[in-house]
Amino acid sequence: MAKPIELEINGKRYPVNYPADTPLLYVLRDELGLTGSKYGCGEGQCGACTVLIGGAPRRSCQIPLSAAATKPVTTIEGLEKDGRLNPVQQAFLDAGAFQCAYCTSGMIMSSVGLLQTNPNPSQAEIVQFLQGNVCRCGTHPRIIEAVRQAAKMMQGHGR
Amino acid sequence: MSNLEGKLFIEPERCEFSAAPFHQFELARRDFFRILGAGIAVFAIAKDALAAQETAPGPRTFHNEELPKEISAWLHIGEDGSITGFTGKAEIGQNIRTALAQTIADELRVPFESVRMVTADTALTPFDAGTFGSRTTPTITPQLRRVAAAARDLLVEVAAKEWNVAPAGLVAADAKVSDPASGRSLKYAELARDRTLAQNLPAEDPITPAVQWTIAGKPVPKVDGRAFVTGRHQYAPDLRPAGMLYGKVLRPPSFGATLTAYDDSAAKAKPGVFVVRDGDFVGAAAPSADDAQGALDAIHAQWKEVLQISNKEIFSYLKHNAAAKTDDRFRRQKGSVEEGLASAAHRLDATYNVAYIAHAPLEPRAAVAQWADGKLTVWTGTQRPFANRNELADVFRIPESSVRVIVPDTGSAYGGKHTSDAALEAARLARAAGRPVKVVWTREEEFTWAYFRPAGVIEVNSGIASDGALTAWEFHNYHSGMSGIDTPYVVANQRTEYHPVPLILRSGSYRGLAATANHFARETHMDALARAANMDPLDLRMKNLSDPRLRAVLETAAKSFGWPRKKTQGGQGFGVACGCEKGSYVATFAEVAVDKTSGTVRVVRLVEAFECGAIVNPDGLRNQVVGAMIQGLGGALFEAIEFENGRIKNPHFASYRVPRFRDVPEIEAVLLDRKDIPSAGAGETPIMAVAPAIGNAIFDATGIRLHNLPMVPNGLRSA
Repeated sequence: MAKPIELEINGKRYPVNYPADTPLLYVLRDELGLTGSKYGCGEGQCGACTVLIGGAPRRSCQIPLSAAATKPVTTIEGLEKDGRLNPVQQAFLDAGAFQCAYCTSGMIMSSVGLLQTNPNPSQAEIVQFLQGNVCRCGTHPRIIEAVRQAAKMMQGHGR
Repeated sequence: MSNLEGKLFIEPERCEFSAAPFHQFELARRDFFRILGAGIAVFAIAKDALAAQETAPGPRTFHNEELPKEISAWLHIGEDGSITGFTGKAEIGQNIRTALAQTIADELRVPFESVRMVTADTALTPFDAGTFGSRTTPTITPQLRRVAAAARDLLVEVAAKEWNVAPAGLVAADAKVSDPASGRSLKYAELARDRTLAQNLPAEDPITPAVQWTIAGKPVPKVDGRAFVTGRHQYAPDLRPAGMLYGKVLRPPSFGATLTAYDDSAAKAKPGVFVVRDGDFVGAAAPSADDAQGALDAIHAQWKEVLQISNKEIFSYLKHNAAAKTDDRFRRQKGSVEEGLASAAHRLDATYNVAYIAHAPLEPRAAVAQWADGKLTVWTGTQRPFANRNELADVFRIPESSVRVIVPDTGSAYGGKHTSDAALEAARLARAAGRPVKVVWTREEEFTWAYFRPAGVIEVNSGIASDGALTAWEFHNYHSGMSGIDTPYVVANQRTEYHPVPLILRSGSYRGLAATANHFARETHMDALARAANMDPLDLRMKNLSDPRLRAVLETAAKSFGWPRKKTQGGQGFGVACGCEKGSYVATFAEVAVDKTSGTVRVVRLVEAFECGAIVNPDGLRNQVVGAMIQGLGGALFEAIEFENGRIKNPHFASYRVPRFRDVPEIEAVLLDRKDIPSAGAGETPIMAVAPAIGNAIFDATGIRLHNLPMVPNGLRSA
């Protein structure tokens, strides 16, 4: 038996016994029960599985465990702190930026990643950054609005 | 040719079968209260079922332990004051969980937060044909409102008896019944305590008119929104009951292929793997999805394939394989088209083609199935839980009462989740494994083995007088369907006909059904007629429209858009289209920018006015309307399924282009709230006029008339 691979997810460490080339998404969902990251295509084409790896948004269906093990991973489950939503989650809630909401985890994780590197993105920058995230319900205008509101909230709170 | 040929036709209006069939209902009254606890319950009888009864309709009480078989909705008030509404409809992103709870709270006079909806669970909710056809708002909303009104009356009666006063003087408000004369009051919870009161809906029970709504009609946010932004909500693919295995299904290489050689010995030798072959079904269940796939990879299977046509030949195939003689139900005629054409100042005939497109819901088909003591429970994302239950019961030859289908709030459907495919597969594997099994379709499976919005060919022949009045209208739809086939324009001489063609690809409902195809043809054609008569396209429509609701959405949208507009730059174009369907009205205006050198078409702005009677939740409605406009962009501009010899050639998001952020124009949705008109549904109609409005704007910009959907999959090639 190969040595377990150790993952750091949402601040907790998990040893997992999976081949090193297993995509992170399946371990998150099937092994660790972190089902907030969604399977939408398994091909890196829809963004529903987006997580942060070392703070950068990545499609977890395309990231092998070996690559995920080197840096801390944050999933949608790790954003809420002590019952307080992350400003991006709060902004999505306030803007009603979802319909079926199956894309929402991925949209939020991508947006958190965007705002970490670009705290005050223009509309064009938001559009460009979220181009790889599919929303089939057509909630795009509200999602853009939510990201803008989140940026405002985070600046207001000095984050 | 496909082995399906000659056997299956599209049901022309499959979503219009809204009448609930009579159905055996398993819960006896005592079971109902056993499950929900004591309290007060009120039941609604489906209108159609009531009308079909031989005995006169009227108030009925239960004289035995049986509930009526034709219940369509009900409400329960618990001893703790908790209020639960029940409907067989499913939440698929259209926000009915919120809108229906608003309706109950409004009519029962209780806070919104105290109402909970139980949806789409065949063991707990009343029979329902399915969540489609924009039927939830026009059918379930008034029924729940009537049960809530009846429950309120019942609570007043109970209080009146308690106090020995006449019920007429009592007031129900703020979750309590009060007696203004004495100042006494009793909370609903207190009135429900220690009772098991069940009442049928009275035949006539006045409900609160929309002008007096206090909770309905308001932009209440989505119930459980927090569960969605935190990832806590569990869709069917997220469920993991103890001991669950992962199932995978071996797919044939092409549609209609049959198994000719099969050896699964290597697969069966793998530890922990269950392999099932049942006819042409081959699947495996294993402790991980990888192991299940590994087992399938180890199976040696040979298939006999059949030659089938491709998307390149589809339109001529449809035209030439239509049934020679059609049913009377598919034909409408008045006046004489020939005379109308003869008297016309301008005549125009044209053919329009519409491609197959995919729903591509982001949550793929998925199901978890579990057997216990010969009974089957399935969790699956479907629009038709009761039809799924029946299919499962049929296939496994067990009574319907032994099957329970539960629909977790689902990651969208758009008409694409009527069937029980994944549920059947999971159930078959679970039966073999003796453990729960989950099957989640891959994106490629979803694009290949689900069903499509059918392709179609539409021929229009028409004439107008010199003043723009329509003199003749002839409209033939081949294969794609009848929804929206009737023109809303006033024309004395018309012939409309739907021509069924045997199925090529597996096809079914899609948001708006054929209304999108029929509106594309009609509204494009009206634009071309306006050009032929040198008239403004909006003026031509108004000239031929008498329906005040349709005129109102056109006028409203025109004002918001600023029609007529002067072009300020090259490549700019403006277009309009409109329509009505399923009791709601839409007008869409589009602005496009066409780069004539590169052929790039950019939709710059869409303005849509929409009217569906009294608005139940303006925030949810706006989400639906804007969503339909954006989804409509895909089918208008670039979505198309490519196929050849029974294989889908673009079964991935990388090759099947869906609207993404960069495709989304400036969007304005204007909602007309007609409180004097009963609420209609809004899931479909807002998509219908998007494609023709854009196509008409492209013509305005370039002089190029596009007759095929999608219009510019590879940009605009100059004609």
